Amino acid sequence: MAMDESVRKAILGAVPSLRAFAISLCGNVDRADDLVQETLLRALANIDSFQPGTNMSAWLFTILRNHFRSEYRKRRREVEDSDGHYAESLKSQPEQYGQVEYREFREALSQLPQDQREALVLVGASGFSYEEAANICGCAVGTIKSRVNRARTRLAELMHVNSAEDFGPDEQVRAVLAGGE
Amino acid sequence: MNERKPVGQQNPIEAAAARKKLSAKPAKLGRDVQARLGQQLRAMYDDVVNQGVPDRFSEMLNRLESNGSKDSH
Repeated sequence: MAMDESVRKAILGAVPSLRAFAISLCGNVDRADDLVQETLLRALANIDSFQPGTNMSAWLFTILRNHFRSEYRKRRREVEDSDGHYAESLKSQPEQYGQVEYREFREALSQLPQDQREALVLVGASGFSYEEAANICGCAVGTIKSRVNRARTRLAELMHVNSAEDFGPDEQVRAVLAGGE
Repeated sequence: MNERKPVGQQNPIEAAAARKKLSAKPAKLGRDVQARLGQQLRAMYDDVVNQGVPDRFSEMLNRLESNGSKDSH
């Protein structure tokens, strides 16, 4: 497996973001790192199918996402209680937010349906365009947009159940959060 | 409850009325919430990204590379 230096660099460069994506899928750091490792092995075994000049990161995300779908999803139930584990794995809680709010956010994110969560993370955190996210998830661009919108709406609902009076009726909140679409 | 009209299909007068209705406190908070959610999502994600590349991954690539150069030709 002779490895081009630029390929090696591109792969290693994608690792931090792949891990963050994998953790958002698995909710468990050890499992996420295994997923990333298996992704890299698969990618290297199939490196000939990578088209030079295209986005290496998007290619790796696609492999990781497909592998997770086929192998990890069925095991997910066993590790639903991974929240504490995840918290421990982080070097520091982001300081600009309260710990309670941060915990609430992670909890709410973990409650989103898989399709919505991955769309939201790819677009809202990984920095992929809607088109790239659609390619990674193997669906239409409109589907990604609608999943992202639903994810945002649902997150807001999950995090503000106790202060609904601040936001008016659900309908209004939805309309606002739905934004441009 | 679920039969919210897509914004694009609302008639303009209704849409304007809806916007006006929302332009006070709720709309502002709504956008604030959305922005805050986005910030939290990125903060969570970036916290992992900032951990860099754990040794196991660079070591794995090194190992594969040295195996590869031994095996091929």
